[in-house]
Amino acid sequence: MELEKLQEIASEIRGRIISTSHRTKTPHLGSCLSCVDILVAVYFHSLQIDPKKPRDPERDRFILSKGHGAAALFQVLAMKGFYPESMLDSYGEDGGIFAEHPPTPDHLAGIEAATGSLGHGLPIGLGMALSARIQKQSYKVVALLSDGECNEGSVWEAAMMAAAQKVDNLMVVIDFNKWQATGRSEEILALTPLVDKWRAFGWDACEINGHDMGALVEVLTKEKNSEGKPVAVIAHTVKGKGVSFMEDDNNWHYRIPSKEELVSAHKELGLVK
Amino acid sequence: MRNAFADEATKLSAEDSRIVLLSGDIGNRLFDKFKGQNGRRFFNCGVAEANMMGVAAGMALSGLRPIIYTITPFTTTRCYEQIRVDACYQNVPVTIVGTGSGLSYADLGPTHHSCEDLAIMRVLPNMTVLAPADEVELRQCLRAALQQEGPVYIRIGKKGEAVTPKKDDHFEIGRSITVKEGSDVCLVSTGILLPIVVKASEILSSQGVNARVESFHTVKPLDEKTIMNVFTDYPVVAVVEEHNKIGGLAGSIAEWLARQAPMKGRLISFGTDDEFMHEVGSQSYARKKYGLTEENIAHQVLAAYKHT
Repeated sequence: MELEKLQEIASEIRGRIISTSHRTKTPHLGSCLSCVDILVAVYFHSLQIDPKKPRDPERDRFILSKGHGAAALFQVLAMKGFYPESMLDSYGEDGGIFAEHPPTPDHLAGIEAATGSLGHGLPIGLGMALSARIQKQSYKVVALLSDGECNEGSVWEAAMMAAAQKVDNLMVVIDFNKWQATGRSEEILALTPLVDKWRAFGWDACEINGHDMGALVEVLTKEKNSEGKPVAVIAHTVKGKGVSFMEDDNNWHYRIPSKEELVSAHKELGLVK
Repeated sequence: MRNAFADEATKLSAEDSRIVLLSGDIGNRLFDKFKGQNGRRFFNCGVAEANMMGVAAGMALSGLRPIIYTITPFTTTRCYEQIRVDACYQNVPVTIVGTGSGLSYADLGPTHHSCEDLAIMRVLPNMTVLAPADEVELRQCLRAALQQEGPVYIRIGKKGEAVTPKKDDHFEIGRSITVKEGSDVCLVSTGILLPIVVKASEILSSQGVNARVESFHTVKPLDEKTIMNVFTDYPVVAVVEEHNKIGGLAGSIAEWLARQAPMKGRLISFGTDDEFMHEVGSQSYARKKYGLTEENIAHQVLAAYKHT
């Protein structure tokens, strides 16, 4: 798919996320908007995932380890065709399936792991990547983590084991928006230099602009490196990306947009004709 | 028991190519044979149990049947959140094995004791909880666990546990095994205290009290049928476990009893106290401290029986 088309999809997804947040009072808007471009590149370009065969053993796996980005993932999976978009009308309703975090794979097509508790997605992804080796399959696994999530020790446990096992079909993408729930991620637990940390843990690490669709597509489709290393992509992002009054404002970790804000946001995203 | 575990896991892995063994940097040489047979299916995950549990769940989600193995506190309390979310919430077939359970590592201090594991594991939805008495039951438990579609926890001892001959050793998860019949009282044992419970029944016998002995290798799902029968038939039912008196098999049975109309049987329980054991001692010293000896069990059961 062309880059321009991918960018259009990303804007459309952003609009839907903001509408859903307004309608259902779903928080984590800033965190969702910062990872939309990554999700779109993953699902509409780079990974081999067929919504008609969600359990195909050979499919590539994507794990939204930052489970609080579920509102974004739900929109992407619906648009990709894992389930009808109309299912999202029941978002947040009593008795429904769409919570603030992804349900289990048994409860919604397209979900690979029930995340929401941080620090779980990478170990699970590592298990999936090792399974491909054991079962002689060639799929790859991508786990999307938040920068705040890198506070969790289990992330670094998995990082060390992946390097020791020379797992070359595993990629971590860090949605590095520089914020976590209550403050700057760098101030809460010293996080930087993040790229050096991953390199020191034995990973092939690089930094990109996480909103540059061309860069995302390139890194996500990169051939395996010759040294058998797992790959870490530090994607520099902006929390609340795409809406000027939400960008880099951490109030939007929990804030819900008003009707007026919804309209302004849609205008900025070019969704109001 | 741990040698029997390694041996049985090796045998089963030859029959089922989905079986993967993950160890938390213990069992030096214990798994040499497994590794020799299935080098690609053995992983030393290091001293990183949270990751080990998540890796196992990822493997189970990919169609494999992982077994994780380390010392009980580190395969239970250390990675409890991963067990709850990755294994139980997602309901995937991971077999969690805790070695050196209860007071097996009494002399290593409370960091290595595990007298809470049955309580915290049985409260998790989808979890099956097994506590085999000896290596025969352990082999049966492991084989059955690997046939389950959800998570299973197996608590085992360390080494040298005696094998108890039984009247009938047909094994089924959720169905206790009758070790011996008896008409006066019933002794319910779970896990590695079974030989002591059998000896207690012999002491009782010498005092003219005929004790039935049941081996509850399954703590969850609770064998309600057997429990119903013994509380209907016997005036005294004694539950014996190398576990805190809070929350283990006795706790589970007490919860069940509280939901029934009053029954004939009186529940008495033997387990560890609600404390950390600060003094140093061997497993047999620790058992004696908490009254987990054949003499004390027989004495207390006899007193309760005479009181009825």
